[in-house]
Amino acid sequence: MKKILNTPISRRAVLGAGVASASLLAMPSILRAQDKSIKIGVYGGYFKKSFDEHIFPEFTKATGIAVESIAEPTGEAWLVQLEQAAKAGQAPADLSMMSQTSMLKGQSTELWAPLDLAKIKNSANLIEHFVNKYPDGRVAGIGAVAWYITLVTNTNAFPTAPDSWAAFWDPANADKLGLLALASNSFLLEVTAATFMGGTQVLDTEEGILKALDKLAEVKPNVRLWYRDEAQFEQALKSGEIPMGQYYHDVTGLAAAEGQPVRSTFPKEGGIQDSGSWVLSRASKKTEEAHAFIDHMCQPAVQALMSRKVGTSPTVKRELLDLTPEEFAAVSSDIPPIIPRYDLYTHKADWINQKWTELIVG
Amino acid sequence: MKREAPKSIADYSPLFFPGLMLIVFFVIPFSTMIAVSFFQRDPSGFYTPDFVFSNYARFLTPFFGKVLGFSLMLAVMVAICCVVIAFPFTFLLTKRPRKVQTIWLVCLLSVLSLSEVIIGFAWSTLFSRTAGITNLFVAIGVMKEPVALLPSFWAVLTGMVYQALPYTILVLYPALVRLDPTLLEAARTLGASPVRAFVNVVVPALRNTIVATLIMVFVFALGSYLLPQILGRPSHWTLSVLITDQAIYQSNMPFAAAMAVFLVLMSLALVGLTLLVGRRENAL
Repeated sequence: MKKILNTPISRRAVLGAGVASASLLAMPSILRAQDKSIKIGVYGGYFKKSFDEHIFPEFTKATGIAVESIAEPTGEAWLVQLEQAAKAGQAPADLSMMSQTSMLKGQSTELWAPLDLAKIKNSANLIEHFVNKYPDGRVAGIGAVAWYITLVTNTNAFPTAPDSWAAFWDPANADKLGLLALASNSFLLEVTAATFMGGTQVLDTEEGILKALDKLAEVKPNVRLWYRDEAQFEQALKSGEIPMGQYYHDVTGLAAAEGQPVRSTFPKEGGIQDSGSWVLSRASKKTEEAHAFIDHMCQPAVQALMSRKVGTSPTVKRELLDLTPEEFAAVSSDIPPIIPRYDLYTHKADWINQKWTELIVG
Repeated sequence: MKREAPKSIADYSPLFFPGLMLIVFFVIPFSTMIAVSFFQRDPSGFYTPDFVFSNYARFLTPFFGKVLGFSLMLAVMVAICCVVIAFPFTFLLTKRPRKVQTIWLVCLLSVLSLSEVIIGFAWSTLFSRTAGITNLFVAIGVMKEPVALLPSFWAVLTGMVYQALPYTILVLYPALVRLDPTLLEAARTLGASPVRAFVNVVVPALRNTIVATLIMVFVFALGSYLLPQILGRPSHWTLSVLITDQAIYQSNMPFAAAMAVFLVLMSLALVGLTLLVGRRENAL
């Protein structure tokens, strides 16, 4: 023991060796930093975990561009952060996945750098409405992922699945529904318009919106729970306490696969299709990398991979995908979807919110 | 002994720390909120410094008046229920042996460790049709089939009283423990029944404590926003729920701030009124 302590290697030398080996270990990341890289914001939790595991490594393998994923909060907090950072010339993330309402709000301050479709060859694969445009035609964002809100039922309480959103209005279903509590996340105005008024275009005018609200008021006696918290409804649906309502298609499918007595139905009027878009902060200097990433994500093979691994609905056309009918049905439907009128929640947000609150609370 | 009025700055020094805390934790946040309530809302999710009354104008409608009225009524009912239940309970508790008292107080303190979320979900299960207490009633033959007891006003009230009761008891306990037992003995000697002695002697003797407790529970209940959502219908949502909606879901900070300022002012006014009435009665 004493011998070891008395070896000629000084304490300083040991420290030096330590520093050297530490820097050697750190080397690969320095090398990588000199290579191409990009910071990408995705919703934290399940989304980020799935992307880190299945999507980003594939992209790095294909292009050599390293991805640093950033967990972004849902809601508008991330938009506010990006906006304030951009004013200071900073980009906490180069690309972000943005909800449609936030995406429109960002457009009003020119927060999103216009994208060049010529550099995104695969954008031709996209379903048309997944290309977000500024009013003057410049491309503001590209559809990243989509998901559906559908009509869900407890199979014990409803042996046969309802086939229309009109089931919500059926007096037989009094006090049996669980619906989302906000106009901007339940999209029930759109559902009402599509089911009873011939389509969401009637919501163009305030008169049309008021008519839809009147029709929607008839649903109130049937609603047991207006939920903000998903867990609140999911539990009640599984137990049969609240046997019908609107919920996320993918999560309901997972619960059914676990043996829970629940099912998700695409009504004949269509499921509600909500989506997230890739947007590039105007403060970002990684324009090339961003285009490469979006191009990569628009490939049918990658979209199919996401449907299988993350459970999202593809944003590219059905015929280009190699998904089996079962795999496709697990995440989407051939029935044309109800697409929310996001413009309402930016231009008329306060007015609709006021009318909606009065409808529900009053 | 006559107290001398403080003369030097050093005499005032014990006030510095509480004063600082009051400024940091009350004056600054509350002033910020008042300032924001006059700012101009920008529909794209931000706000710009300004001096407009539109946020208050939007609030001053029969609709929000009704919601505010309901919130105040609910908080008052919670306060009254809590005190009506807790006062006799605490009184009887103080008559038990020391050891029993300690066990009860420890149990009550442990209820305080439950969060509003847990209380809400626990009561929503208890009141549910599929797993709730009505199944028990069916089993013993009192009811024919299980029913859901929520969402309802009574479910909200029960949840909120449950949540506030431990606080009420802990606030009442010191005063009741210190109550002079000879007062009761004198009443009993003069021929009053135990109930009469309690109502005519104990309650009036502790009137100030009761008023203070009522105010505390009222303020506590006024801020509740989770239980009304979990246990009630939208018509039972308090103003706090709508404030949360505006602040978090609509990113409308100025309007949320205006509503919050109004709620604080209304509750301060009610507390002030209660104290004023109490003082006048004492003077008579």
